[in-house]
Amino acid sequence: MDFLRPASWEEALAAKAEHPAAVPIAGGTDVMVEINFDHRRPEYLMDLGRIADLTEWEVGADSVRLGASVPYSRIMEHLRTELPGLALASHTVASPQIRNRGGVGGNLGTASPAGDAHPALLAAGAEVEAESVRGTRRIPIDAFYTGVKRNALEPDELIRAVHVRKADGPQQFSKVGTRNAMVIAVCAFGLALHPATRTVRTGIGSAAPTPIRATAAEEFLNAALEEGGFWDNGKTVTPSAAKQFADLCAAACNPIDDVRGTADYRRHAVGVMARRTLTWTWESYRGTRRATEGAA
Amino acid sequence: MAANGAPTTITQGSQTRGGIGESTLRPDGTLKVTGEFAYSSDMWHEDMLWGQILRSTVAHAEIVSLDTSEALATPGVYAVMTYDDLPTDVRTYGLEIRDTPVLAHGKVRHHGEPVAVVAADHPETARRAAAKIKVEYKELPVVTDEASATAPDAVLVHENRDDHHISHVPHPNIVHRQPIVRGDAGAAAARADVIVRGDYYFGMQDQAFLGPESGLAVPAEDGGVDLYIATQWLHSDLKQIAPVLGLPEDKVRMTLSGVGGAFGGREDLSMQIHACLLAMRTGKPVKIVYNRFESFFGHVHRHPARLSYEHGATRDGKLTHMKCRIVLDGGAYASASPAVVGNASSLAVGPYAVDDVDIEALALYSNNPPCGAMRGFGAVQACFAYEAQMDKVAKELGMDPVEFRRINAMEQGTLLPTGQPVDSPAPVAELLRRVKAMPMPPERQWESSEGADVRQLPGGLSNTTHGEGVVRGVGYAVGIKNVGFSEGFDDYSTAKVRLEAVGGVPVVTVHTAMAEVGQGGVTVHAQIARTELGVTQVTIQPADTQVGSAGSTSASRQTYVTGGAVKNACELVREKVLEIGRRRFGSHHPAWATAELLLEGGKVVTDGGEVLTDLVDVLEDEAVEVEEEWRHRPTEPFDLRTGQGNGHVQYSFAAHRAVVEVDTELGLVKVVELACAQDVGKALNPLSVVGQIQGGTTQGLGIAIMEEIVVDPKTAKVQNPSFTDYLLPTILDTPTIPVDVLELADDHAPYGLRGIGEAPTLSSTPAVLAAIRNATGLTLDRTPVRPEHLTGTA
Repeated sequence: MDFLRPASWEEALAAKAEHPAAVPIAGGTDVMVEINFDHRRPEYLMDLGRIADLTEWEVGADSVRLGASVPYSRIMEHLRTELPGLALASHTVASPQIRNRGGVGGNLGTASPAGDAHPALLAAGAEVEAESVRGTRRIPIDAFYTGVKRNALEPDELIRAVHVRKADGPQQFSKVGTRNAMVIAVCAFGLALHPATRTVRTGIGSAAPTPIRATAAEEFLNAALEEGGFWDNGKTVTPSAAKQFADLCAAACNPIDDVRGTADYRRHAVGVMARRTLTWTWESYRGTRRATEGAA
Repeated sequence: MAANGAPTTITQGSQTRGGIGESTLRPDGTLKVTGEFAYSSDMWHEDMLWGQILRSTVAHAEIVSLDTSEALATPGVYAVMTYDDLPTDVRTYGLEIRDTPVLAHGKVRHHGEPVAVVAADHPETARRAAAKIKVEYKELPVVTDEASATAPDAVLVHENRDDHHISHVPHPNIVHRQPIVRGDAGAAAARADVIVRGDYYFGMQDQAFLGPESGLAVPAEDGGVDLYIATQWLHSDLKQIAPVLGLPEDKVRMTLSGVGGAFGGREDLSMQIHACLLAMRTGKPVKIVYNRFESFFGHVHRHPARLSYEHGATRDGKLTHMKCRIVLDGGAYASASPAVVGNASSLAVGPYAVDDVDIEALALYSNNPPCGAMRGFGAVQACFAYEAQMDKVAKELGMDPVEFRRINAMEQGTLLPTGQPVDSPAPVAELLRRVKAMPMPPERQWESSEGADVRQLPGGLSNTTHGEGVVRGVGYAVGIKNVGFSEGFDDYSTAKVRLEAVGGVPVVTVHTAMAEVGQGGVTVHAQIARTELGVTQVTIQPADTQVGSAGSTSASRQTYVTGGAVKNACELVREKVLEIGRRRFGSHHPAWATAELLLEGGKVVTDGGEVLTDLVDVLEDEAVEVEEEWRHRPTEPFDLRTGQGNGHVQYSFAAHRAVVEVDTELGLVKVVELACAQDVGKALNPLSVVGQIQGGTTQGLGIAIMEEIVVDPKTAKVQNPSFTDYLLPTILDTPTIPVDVLELADDHAPYGLRGIGEAPTLSSTPAVLAAIRNATGLTLDRTPVRPEHLTGTA
């Protein structure tokens, strides 16, 4: 195994062009496990640790450009307001030590359906900034996950950053594991309200071959909220609408039975999380609205 | 040359008196929490090789061919050994029955069975070379449960059994079977107003010690071998290792190295013989360290069990009878299965007085992973079932479950199903009373002015509920565990104690072969020596085979038995010292002849407190040394037909109250509190006692809600051999554990003490299950209980 240590982003792109089989390593929380278990024996390992700007982020007008290697602990600490869903998801990643090393770029590169960041990115709306010596492109998050542990990157591309839309409304993230910390997801759910566009977006983890959105559920809820004038009148979402939304989220799943849980349980739990996170976000939205009106 | 990282002597000097009853600090504690403690996996030797074991990828198969040529040709590889390379005719080992091949012989019987071993100059080279060994398997049908084990056309796991159990078992796929019959359960059932039946399943738990199996074998010039090893019982290992190597026992010198937990999982051999074989073959030191994945295949697990119970009771809450059948799955090799059967059967009724019982327990041979010793040892599985039954009967009678238990609680003098009277305090009702009287944790602790504190809720930081669907439940359980080896086993220990003056200060040296696996034995030995010999400075020598056997660090026995041996040796040293004193100073003071003399504070004093002389003046240049075996009262085997016999030497009792919060919609559980009351006879080190109780309680919580090795019933292959999918409780899963320690002396034991390590593991699990039942109203007949069992989605 050859160990490549590019000193700059340009060098990294050149190296990746020369050795498309090179496996990039940043925090190493996925790659090192695979190497230690001998599940993967890459010919080239490319350390991105010397490229400082991968651990930086910029808060723009509409979105946050999050460097691929920004550790989860920094997201929890500094981006709670802009990226509340991702910050909540970051809280659930493994242990403090791993949160200090791992970043969203690794989650995206591995593209495991169990990656904790995915549901939050899907719900918030994001684009992956992929780059090669041929140029830069932005891959919409919905098009990024192409199969079990597969993504839309070309062999010569590296993930430089992810552009996540800044929250314009409440966001939530829930994850079921069979213990209360340091646990891989049995299933997970992210939900974001986007009052600016009057839409709701979702993200489901570990309940299908890839991270997915519950599109039918989103469409149903968008229509129901619009129809009842909910965004304006701030009424409570009716239990029947919440239930219908939850059922559609559950129906969007295509889970398997495995050692972590049954398919039936995953479907059921996604439904419960969908209903609860909808309640939490909507009540929060109503609260904000009332506060805004009160101030006005 | 000594190996780096090999243990050195531990000196425990302090200004305090530091005798028994004090919470002296353990000498290894600071080293362990600061990462400086040398575990067996940290050892290093110049020029050493690394050993690697190739394990079977299938559970049951004939080995059609085995080709090691490519592995041998790998640069850096020094040796590859298979069954054919074993040096003597002794090619199997085992704790009681020698049925486990050192390396597979034409057949593998479980997933992960050792097939070949490799030694190379780098661990990665060894690993890759092992992967180049070509094994062709012809798969055989798998035996995975009682039905497939005893079907008319069942495949035999072991074809030619000649062990001493084969004559009394109903089928060759049954390792051992123990019926226990007392009174007439059938007739007594007629007196019952209610009869309650239940079928229960107990999952396969792993010891999951954090320090994986590891050791270093160093070939010696005399043709022998020095083995530095993490184990639970050096001399038991030695007896199994030496014949395979073709060496007399004195040529296999074993030294205990740093042990990172055991819990029963190090009673059987793991890499000991393999490392010695490779060291002798290559003439170089060989180190073997399992990784976590291999560790899951490298030791036996807790027996999974199916338990069927029937209890009857009269309207006023008195148990009439109990019938039960306990089927333990022993897996491919016997390990400790016969003794586990003995415990499960003899303790099957629990700490209750029931005169009419009909019990049957047995262990299967199967192609599942081998199962053997784990904390609680057969008593754990039974306790889970009988305590579920107690709640069921109480409910049927409309009685409070604690009151129902109190009515039926055993007392001193109660007869066990084996006919043996319990001849020391049995405060079962008192422990329940105490645990029930503890203040309850406040309700809805997650509520705060800033919204829900998810850390206090089921799901924790995973943020699954802010209180929705959360219901509190409370449950109680109590258990009984035997202490020490039972059924007529000669359960002794040996201690060598030496007292001498060093630089004008009296110093005691204690040498035993006791495996310190984290239980705190070395701390207690020093305390005993201080109490008995009145000397502050005590040195505990490393445990090795240069002194007689200490027996196993298991069965909650070491403080009792090796502690007893140290006490006994100290007493003999004291007699000798006083004898010398009388010789030298008897004429100086009449008290030498007339008074009861003690050693205290480095002086010889009368029982009236008068100082006669300094200890160093008695000793002068003489070292007083005693090495002596010590035994507890003998026990008897159980009758093979009726199960009658005085099989046990002592009992340990603990009771728990569990308070849980269950997210009833998601099936997630937060254990809020696990209060425990336990009788410890005498707390030699109160801090260690509480630590043991809290640790055992947490291990019981693990099997209640998360820990389980999942084996595919179709292939008998392990599905989750990693800490990603075998979940242990983290600190966020561990509740507060208030402990109420009761000290009712057992007059037969040293200082009146009771072995304490296992009892809390028994009652913790059923208490949690009872609390979850209380919260959800569900029956819950298996453990661990998983979210799908609580949400109807299993």
